Order: sequence, then structure tokens, then C-alpha cells
Amino acid sequence: MAEQNNSLVQISDLYKRFSISGDLLDQLQFKGGKLTRRKEYVHAINGVSLSVMKGEALCVVGESGCGKSTVARTVMGLLTPTAGQISYRGERIDNLSDKQMLPYRKKMQMIFQNPYASLNPRMTIMETLKEPIRFHNPSMAASEIRDKIAEVMLSVGVDPSWGERYSHEFSGGQRQRISIARALAVDPEFIVADEPISALDVSIQAQVLNLMMEAQEQRNLTYLFITHDLAVVEHFGTRVAVMYLGTLCELAPTKQLFSNPRHPYTQALMSAIPRLEDNRPDYIKLSGEVPTPVNLPTGCVFHGRCPHANERCRQEIPTLTLLDDGTQVACHGVEENRV
Amino acid sequence: MPLLEVNNLDVCFGLRSGAVKALRDVSFTLERGERLGVVGESGAGKSVLGFSIINLLSRPGHISSGSVHFEGKDLASLAPGELRSIRGNRISMIFQDPMMTLNPVLTIGVQMIECLLAHRRMSKADAKRVALKKLQQVQIPSPEKRLDQYPHELSGGMRQRIVIAIGLLLDPDLIIADEPTTALDVTIQAEIMDLMLNLCEQNNVALILITHDLGVVSQVTQRMLVMYAGRIIEQGPTKEVINDAQHPYTQGLMNALPQMAIPGQKLNQIKGSMPPLQDIPKGCSFNPRCEYVMDICHQALPPFTRSGNCQVACHMMAESAQDKLQLKEV
Amino acid sequence: MMSESTPNMQQHPTALQRFKESHFWHSFKADRVAQLSFIIFVTYAVLAMSASFIAPFDPYDASQIDIMNSEIPPSWQDEGEASFPLGTDAQGRDMLSTILYGTRVSLMIGLCAVALQALLGIVIGLTAGYLGGRVDSFLMRIADIQLSFSTLMVAIIVLAVFQATFGTELYQQLAMLMLILVIGIAEWPQYARTIRASVLAEKKKEYVDAARVMGFGRLRIMFRHILPNTLSPILVISTVQIANAIISEASLSFLGLGMPVSQPSLGSLISSGFEYIFSGAWWITVIPGVVLVVLVLVMNLLGDWMRDVLNPKLYKG
Repeated sequence: MAEQNNSLVQISDLYKRFSISGDLLDQLQFKGGKLTRRKEYVHAINGVSLSVMKGEALCVVGESGCGKSTVARTVMGLLTPTAGQISYRGERIDNLSDKQMLPYRKKMQMIFQNPYASLNPRMTIMETLKEPIRFHNPSMAASEIRDKIAEVMLSVGVDPSWGERYSHEFSGGQRQRISIARALAVDPEFIVADEPISALDVSIQAQVLNLMMEAQEQRNLTYLFITHDLAVVEHFGTRVAVMYLGTLCELAPTKQLFSNPRHPYTQALMSAIPRLEDNRPDYIKLSGEVPTPVNLPTGCVFHGRCPHANERCRQEIPTLTLLDDGTQVACHGVEENRV
Repeated sequence: MPLLEVNNLDVCFGLRSGAVKALRDVSFTLERGERLGVVGESGAGKSVLGFSIINLLSRPGHISSGSVHFEGKDLASLAPGELRSIRGNRISMIFQDPMMTLNPVLTIGVQMIECLLAHRRMSKADAKRVALKKLQQVQIPSPEKRLDQYPHELSGGMRQRIVIAIGLLLDPDLIIADEPTTALDVTIQAEIMDLMLNLCEQNNVALILITHDLGVVSQVTQRMLVMYAGRIIEQGPTKEVINDAQHPYTQGLMNALPQMAIPGQKLNQIKGSMPPLQDIPKGCSFNPRCEYVMDICHQALPPFTRSGNCQVACHMMAESAQDKLQLKEV
Repeated sequence: MMSESTPNMQQHPTALQRFKESHFWHSFKADRVAQLSFIIFVTYAVLAMSASFIAPFDPYDASQIDIMNSEIPPSWQDEGEASFPLGTDAQGRDMLSTILYGTRVSLMIGLCAVALQALLGIVIGLTAGYLGGRVDSFLMRIADIQLSFSTLMVAIIVLAVFQATFGTELYQQLAMLMLILVIGIAEWPQYARTIRASVLAEKKKEYVDAARVMGFGRLRIMFRHILPNTLSPILVISTVQIANAIISEASLSFLGLGMPVSQPSLGSLISSGFEYIFSGAWWITVIPGVVLVVLVLVMNLLGDWMRDVLNPKLYKG
């Protein structure tokens, strides 16, 4: 595939589950006169395959608990996958030791959701920015480091003379700029942004989004952008991946997804965005609640809420299939042309 | 007589570094059955407004001047007992976090029945019947089962529905909803907002919807207030404000939304951020961020100027209104 | 570019200015009890440190002791003598000097024992909290076991066995070191548990993830990033633990397992005077007793105040 050569990060058939049954003593259960060991898991990701192309902004959207943040954290190596592989420029990285991982740490960086927690409160901005640069470039002279810090601070619009201040002296938007600066300080080529603007006010969201787009242009960055806000996706994303309950429902170029959503879940999600226009069509009402990821439904994970579900959907897990228009959808209904 | 009349309300928080004014000169009226949106960024004072209407400000906050009249009664000067009979009974409040309203160690049924018995003289069986009816109204599947469940057994959307059911329990005349759907997912948010809209319409309940989400406001409310740094800067019919915002801040807020920009292009941002309440600039509080700032903006507070059905606090509007007057005279 | 710059953003505040602006300093200025406690504690510390200069006699020097001066009441009483303001004990030592030296010994043991506790507790608590899993379960079970023996019980057994095996003479030479070790080792779980709890809370915060994403090693993250953020609970628990350690030492000395009579701490002074209390020489027990109670009270008051100030639930800093 030509796609393969152009991909920067590849996630293939990723599974991640978390044990929620505590330690051995909690797992033991006395049932019917027998002592049994019972383990329960949260199935956060169930077979997700994605590849992030060089220079694009791939947005992952979905509701809370759909596993989008888990994907981000697994890609960054903060979590180890239960099964599946993650590769960076064709090299497998999910099974590397901390030391082997180091060269990739410079290439891959992350921006976090909560600007109030992502900066160390006991460190000045200068220290926060200096540490990664010095850590990854031990041979760099002190003056070079200082220039580098000033350069990244300027590029995110924070006055370098404020370096001696602590993070609590800054507003939420400024803190988010600083954590972007920290990510940029090691000159990465790939940035995972986990809901970077959802904790910010509307007018500040625009500033931070603009900043991220500027950085992308100037530094030729590739983004994996995790969000629940479809309006942001429409503006920011090159391609969009829609997730539901740990699986990928639809993957399409942004324009295509917004003009012609194929998966019933995507359609419902799009119709629910509060819009300013008056004559919006009624939103598609989904019945029921999102099932818990502890006991996954059989077949398509969406069948319980899907208006088009039939027997096949309840039995068989749909796979992502490429349609003529370039959209990839995991839905039996679309496949059979009944949605 | 309007249902709610707020006049020149000032709210102060006495802090170590001196008193901070969280609300300044806030005035508006709300008619019976009217749905009003209050929009602003965090720190603009919109939640404080909600709390001060029902006089629930926690120390060190207090109403320093102005009045809140509910059906002609001044809530600020009511005795605690009378105030309690209005709060919950005639005015109910819905918070962002349903767990602020729900007690985690009591079942839903116990909480709803207790609330009814506290305000109404009725038998327990009747109270249960009313509770069930309200749960049906908020479209909760199998309501009988829910009565025996604890809040932690329910999902976030379900909890918020129950909070709404509790809010409706005593057939209030006014519901104050403070970011009721911010913690919920979009699909659930759409359902809840739809539900609230229908319930308010059916029961002729007035609603004050406090939110930062312009989209939600535009769908649910008839009128809206835009707040900035403790002041109302623009108010009017929701459609007019959204389609033809007059205040530079409101315009900026609308234009900053991603759907207002061409995909891939820069968003129209407002520079800077809202000043902290201790540190509000002289004159118009928006002046450091305003594109159209003039000399007078640094000196005097802008008065409210009528523009269509809206009221806007901006010197630019005031001047152009004056120009028009002069033109007419000429 | 940012256009927002509030006036105080212009110049850098120094560390001192920052401290003066802090919540910590403001609440100290507003709290009379804390101020008084702090002043008393500082007085104690200064007096104890300069004991060898300001004490009129050296109680460790046998040549300055005259048995003829024994049991002289404090100077304000009828039989009192001006040269012994607080009277003398049964061996004829000046009470004032002995109390000053005794306070020094008590404070010394308290501080050193707590330093040892803190060292053990911080390392173990950080490791358990950050690594989690089996390491955490193992270390915390050890802490539970340690906690299920009371400090006094452990101390009594260890010290009694030591005295029995190595003889009283060697014990008297090493008494201070032994007390520090025993009290220090017996109470580390208090620290370890507190630190572990706050490490668990800090570990979830995104700045720790950010540090991991940067590729920093475990030790660097633990000591450079997480530890400074757990200092508040460490400070609070330290004041209370110093008070506890001083009490433990006093109890052990009172039981005859602490400091020898030749180098008395406050506890051994109280103990040595106890037999004379009914013969009318109350001052030998009561005055060091009051000194001890005030010291412990002051430490506890300071600890309470600090907990109120630094409690993140009450104040987000």
C-alpha cells in the first residue's frame, strides 16, 4: 500500500484492558461451595487500527469512556498495550525499554488536557522548559539552552522574561501555551494532544487552536488530536476517526465525514452538536445508554442503540471496510446498503 | 408584574486583599414561562448570579446593594424560613454536578419523597406517586426500579435527569440551571436540553440557563444576557444577539467558534484573557482586549444603548446612537 | 502575542517577596496561637542550644555537684537559695541547669529520631506509591506489621535486651544513639503512609505523565518532580512526630530505659524526682514536667495550625 510509506505512526490491532478486580484476595469468591477466582476487566480498546500520515492532523472523536484517551496514552507509551503493535516510522516501539525508547521521546511529545495539573507547581517556567532540553541534549551549552528556551517561549506567545515565575501565577490559557512550549522544546515531529482545549474558555480555545496550527505550519508537525468537540474537529482535522466503546466506527477525511457521515453513530453524533443556526434538522435520538466496557455487547458494540440494528449486527462484529469515496466504516448496514 | 426582577445587583466577596466585586450593577427581568440564557466565560460572574438570586451565596460573598424581587417579594430581606419555602418550592436549582444535589447514601426514592414531604402536606404513598410521575416526565426507563437505586448506580445522564425530576417535583415557577449539561456527552446533552425545553414549555416554567455554550443557549432560550467581568454587557432576544451581535466581546465570542471560520484557516481570536476581578481596568472592562478601543473607553463606563430589541453597553454604540440623533435634528 | 500584563507581572518577585505574599505567611500573621507557639518553640530551641553557655552550672561535671545542696527548693520559697533559682535535685544538681541540658537532650533525640523516621518513611513511601503493584503491597504490609507493635513495646524489648546483653555501662554510653535508632525505626510507617497517600494523588496528575513522556528516569521523577509536591504533608506530620518522639523518649526514660541519670533528659528528670514527690520535694518532678508539657503542646499547636493552612482541601495553593 502506498499509504504505508507515508505513515508516521501506525497502530495495528490494538487492545487494552484494565483489571478492576483488585488483588488476589479480592478476586477469590466463594460460590456454590467452591472457591473460585474471578477476574473482571474494563475493555478500553478493542482492536483499533489506525495510521497517522506525515503532516496531517488526525482527530479522534468520541464520547467519554470510548477509549480515545487510552489510545493516546498507549501511543505515547504511558500505558502498555494488552495486545497489538505500535510502530513509529516502521519501527515497533511498544515493547521497548525506557532506555531504548529515549530517542523516540524526542520525536513524540504530548499535550495534556488540564493546564492546571500538567505543569509542576513547584517548578518555575524556566525550570520546566530547561529540564527536557538539557536531558535530551546533554552537550548543549548553557547559553544555547537559554536561547532555545527564549525561542520556544516566544513562539507560543509567552514573554521570556516571565520564566522565573511559577505556573500558578498564570491563567489557564497561558499555562496551556507553556505546556505546548514544553512539548516543542525538544523539537518533536509528532504531537499527541489529549483534549488540549476542552478545559479552556471559548475565546482562549481559539487562541490555543491557532497556536497549534501555527506550530504545525512552521515546524511541519503531525498531530494526533483527541477531542469530544466535533466543531473543533471540523476546523482542525485532516482526517477524523470516530470511536465508540473502544472500537473504531468510521475513519474519513474531515470534509467527507461532515458532509456525508456513514456510520449510524457518527450520524447521531453530528446531529447532536448544538449549532447556532435556527433551522437545524432534529437530532437523531439514540435509545438507551452507552453499555459499560466491562461487559461488551456481542456483535457490533453499537447495536443496542442503533436504529438500524438487525440480527447480524447482534451476532457478528463488523470490520472496517473501505468505501468508494475513501471513507472507512465498520457497519454491516452500510455494507449491505441498508443505512 | 414580572416573575423575577433583579435591580442594580452588586455582589461582593470580602477577601484578605480587600473586597472584590463579583457582580456589578446587574439588572434584568424575567417573565413567567420565559427562558433566559446567561452566557459568559469562567469568572464572568454567571454562577454567582445564579446563587445570589436565591440568596444562597456562601460567605464571604454577600449582596452589597440592589435587590432581587420574586413575584414582588424582595428575596434579600426575607426571613430564613420564608426564603426556604420559596427556595426549592417555587425556585429550584440544577447544578453541573448532579452529585451536588443527590445524597450518595440515600436512594433516589427516599430523597424525592423527603423533599416532597418537607414542603407539602401529603401522605407517603401520594408522595411516591408524585415522584414516579415526575420520573416518567423526565423519560427515565423503568422509574419504579430507579426509586430504590442509589445515585452511584446510575450513569451521568440518568443522574442529571433525576436531578431535573427533583427540580420539577414541587412544580416550581423558576428553574435556575447552572451548566446542567457541561459534564455530559453531546448526545446525552442534546437529549437533556430537549427534555428541559419541553418540560419548561409544557409546565410554563421560567428557566435561567447559565452556560458557556452559545449553541445550547441559541437552541433553548428566548432571551439572553452576555456577561463580562461581573457586568452585563449585552442583552436581548437570543436570535438577535446571536445573528447580529453588537458588543465587540459578543462578536468576538461568536467569531471565535470554530464553525465560524473556514476549515484550516486561523480562527478569529480575541486577544488576551478576562482580567481577574481584583484587577478590572477603569472604564469599560473590555477595553484592553477590544479592537475598536477609543479614548473614552479608558475613562467612563459605557451606558446601555438600545439597538433593535437589544441593549448594549458599549461606547461605540452610544456614539453612533448620538450621531443618529444629531442627524435627525439636522 | 500576549497583550495582557498586569502591573505586578513586570518585575520578578524575590523568594522573600513571594513568601510574604503567600497564604502561609498571611495566615501566620493572622493567627495569635501560631505566633505564640512559634515564639515559645524558638525560645526553647535557642535556650537548649546555648545551654552550655547560659546554664549557671554544668550538671555533667561531677566536681560542681555538692551532695550537701540536695533538695533545695526553688528560690521563691522560704528555704530557697538565690544561687539555685529552681532549686536542686536529690543529688544536689542545680535544677535550672539540668533542665536546660535536659531540654537539649530531649529536643536532640526528638529531632534526630524524626529525621531518621522521615528518611526511611520518605524513601519507602515514595517507592511504594510510585511503583505501586507488588512492591507497594509488600512495603505497606511491612508498615502494617510494624504499626501493630506499639513504639513503646518495641523500644522496651530492644532496649532491655541491649542492656541485658551488653551491660549497663555500654548502654549508658550509647543511650542517646540507641533511643534515636529505636524511636526512629519504630515510627517510620506514619511517614511512609502519609507520603504514599500523597504520592498516589500526585502520580495521577498530568505533570507526572508529562515527565514520563519526556523520558525521564524513575528516580528523577520520584525525587525531583513528585517529592517537592508532597512537602506540605511532610511538614505537618514532622511537627506532630517531633512531639511524639519527645514523649516516647520521656516515657522510656521514665521507665528507666532512656537516658541515664548522669545525662538526664526531661523524662529521666521527671522519673528521678518521682520518688521524692511525697517527701515534699515536688519541684524535681513538677518543673521539668511543666517544661515538657509546654514543649509538646507548642509542637502540637504548630502542627495543627500547619495542617489547617496546608490542607489542600481547605486551600488550593
